[in-house]
Amino acid sequence: MKTARSMVLVSADPESIRRGSEKIYSTFQEELSQLGLQDEISLSWLSDSGRHNALPMVVIYPEAVIYGPITPEDVPYIVEEHLNKGRIASSLVAPIHELSGRIAWLSSRKGTLPAEKRIVLERAGIINPEDVQDYILHNGYKALGKVLITMNPLDVLNEVDASGLKGRGGAGFPTGQKWRFVSKATSNKKYVICNADESEPGTFKDRLVLEGDPHSIIEAMAIAGYAVGADEGYIYIRGEYALAQERMRLAISQAQELGLLGDNIFNSGFNFNIHVHSGAGAYICGEETALIESIEGKRGEPRSRPPYPTTNGLWKKPTLVNNVETLANIPAIIRKGASWYRSIGTPKSPGTKVYTILGNVNATGLIEVQMGITLREVITIYAHGMKGNSTFKLAQTGGSSGSIIPASLQDTPMDFESFNKAGVALGSGALLICNEDTCIVDLCKVLVNFFKNESCGKCNPCRIGNDRAYQILSNIAEGVGTMQDMKDLESIEMYLYQMSNCGLGQTAGTPIKDTLSHFRAEVEAHIKLKICPTGVCRMSGHKVN
Amino acid sequence: MIVLDADISVKVHKAVQDAIQKYGASDDELIPILIHINHDLGYLPSQALEELSVIFKKPKSKIFSVASFYGMLSTTPVGRHVIRFCESAPCHVVGGRVVFQALIDVLKINPGETSKDGKWTLLTTSCLGICAVGPAFIVDDDIYGNVAPAQVQTILARYE
Amino acid sequence: MSTVKTLEDLKRIREEAIEKRKAKAISGEVQVIVGMGTCGIAAGARDAMKAILDVIEINNLSGIIVTQTGCIGLCEKEPIVQVVLGEQSKVTYGKVTPEVAIKIMKEHVDGGKPVQSHVITLT
Repeated sequence: MKTARSMVLVSADPESIRRGSEKIYSTFQEELSQLGLQDEISLSWLSDSGRHNALPMVVIYPEAVIYGPITPEDVPYIVEEHLNKGRIASSLVAPIHELSGRIAWLSSRKGTLPAEKRIVLERAGIINPEDVQDYILHNGYKALGKVLITMNPLDVLNEVDASGLKGRGGAGFPTGQKWRFVSKATSNKKYVICNADESEPGTFKDRLVLEGDPHSIIEAMAIAGYAVGADEGYIYIRGEYALAQERMRLAISQAQELGLLGDNIFNSGFNFNIHVHSGAGAYICGEETALIESIEGKRGEPRSRPPYPTTNGLWKKPTLVNNVETLANIPAIIRKGASWYRSIGTPKSPGTKVYTILGNVNATGLIEVQMGITLREVITIYAHGMKGNSTFKLAQTGGSSGSIIPASLQDTPMDFESFNKAGVALGSGALLICNEDTCIVDLCKVLVNFFKNESCGKCNPCRIGNDRAYQILSNIAEGVGTMQDMKDLESIEMYLYQMSNCGLGQTAGTPIKDTLSHFRAEVEAHIKLKICPTGVCRMSGHKVN
Repeated sequence: MIVLDADISVKVHKAVQDAIQKYGASDDELIPILIHINHDLGYLPSQALEELSVIFKKPKSKIFSVASFYGMLSTTPVGRHVIRFCESAPCHVVGGRVVFQALIDVLKINPGETSKDGKWTLLTTSCLGICAVGPAFIVDDDIYGNVAPAQVQTILARYE
Repeated sequence: MSTVKTLEDLKRIREEAIEKRKAKAISGEVQVIVGMGTCGIAAGARDAMKAILDVIEINNLSGIIVTQTGCIGLCEKEPIVQVVLGEQSKVTYGKVTPEVAIKIMKEHVDGGKPVQSHVITLT
């Protein structure tokens, strides 16, 4: 992985290409290599710049300065001023009125962070979750009323589609499309399931919604039910979330009392009921087919797909499975409209993202912001810096299957596109921030241990691979690792990715892969020199079998 | 099947009946029923699985395969109090290791074991979802966050 | 509350809630809100809650409503307690141990002066 201090993005939409952005790109390449900056500064395309009069444009991170419209002749000046001398070439900065969407938002930052924008967590921690009146006071059930009284199911589908909402469970599948699949499936019975089996280590955003704003999920599920033609819903809440289950059950009974669940809701002829279903401690049940198996009273082992749950789900009926955070967006989208939602976040991933900030920082907690801020900004501003002025070493995103981000990547803006470009997964939004006291072998061991324990055991690569990887890492941590162990880890990672049946197994190797690609030297120190540079590992010299 | 003395057998039977009463014997309630019985008795005795097998008209092996799959269910007896310590990365990097060691030192048992007097069982668990206040662990139904090694003794002293 | 069948019904409930809230504020009622999400509880919110209720009981205080809310996302500052005196704006406290809770009850709820050392600002 290359390490870059700056990131240059050249707009690549058809309009920019027509106006010569390819030449701009190649001029940047030449200029950077002439100055020997090609390893320090990463250059890539910006494919989603939106429609502006300022095309072609160039965006330079981490300062997030937008230049445009520019010509190839402007490039040497920008490289010299901005990238070499560190001054903003103000004469070329794009005027704000020429910009729109995400780009306009970026340019309005002026080095400061955008304020938190709360949609999903709008009411959590503000209202009394056990008082339905308080929810109604904060615009609750308005969206459900609007949907049932003034819209037909197709209108709802179109609105959700138009909002561009993507599933927040991790895979990022367009929500509107999923709803449409279920709506199209013909069956006398359909189900809506809310996936609240939030077990990704470091993630607890869903719990905040379930505990702090349970009625919003009920409202969203009823809307979803109406849109896809389902009359029954399940909320699958992991067993560890006892309080969330309790609050959800109370909220359901309150909604039933008010006639907001049950028969003929809002006199529309639409019936909908919801059951709370408790998990019993299995990470794999967050996988939607495993979750369905679990509701059916079986072991939570993933099914082979296809057929997908949208046609063959719970009790083989068409089933819509949505994550809590996804659903929590729905009432606001219905109330305020798809175009309002589109105005937030990036064009490709509209809306906000909830991040949980954890680890060796001064302020741990949870933030909901528009997509696109950088890790450095999260650490210095939201997290109030590293604990005890320690040094940032790495961050682990999105729970165990997320990536390990080394310090060199902390200026990469955190949105799906930029992260993909950098080969990093955003995952579930957990940001576990670690300082220099963290040993990579030890951390990787803990992450692999998680998969070793949580593998459902159905397919071999995952069941055996994680067990073996844990054993190898333990040996390295005890000072008896060999160089062959590193090769073995690499092949285990490859087999996990290529041969596992479900998403858990396929991503289980990510910590191993990232450890070896970003922190190889530290692992080698454990093996060759028999020392743990951070002093965390025991290095006892005893082999683990 | 393990033969239990009459007293225990009555207790197990009652726990099963209570759970069936509460949830009804439909397939989607099997796991809630198992959780209920596990909560009542501390674990799922063989007799309970046997009775469920009759009620659900499924082989006992099927019921056992479900009971043994989930982390919150146990098919072996546990101590009077069960400690579940979070061993996931977020707790680990903020000092979980030291707290875990303190638990082992105070209880004088290893993870997975039950103390000789039958008071404590020490288990590890995956993330509990309260990572921002880690290190964290659960004793029975009580959840403790921001735990420092020195607090371990005080917390455990609250339990009879 | 009767059942909701029209948007007007919903509006009525909303207006009732607003009225109730206004009446509370005008009467000078004090609201003490404890953050009772799981992380709050794990960090000791129940102890804070208990201390607050104890102060009210021991001193036989009236006109104080103790309610709860979910987690606001400032987990590191848990347990969090908020105090609203009549029509004044909300004051938020972080790291409220039972001792701090007692201090808040005495100095702020009873004496009208916020305990500055534990006030946190919400941004």
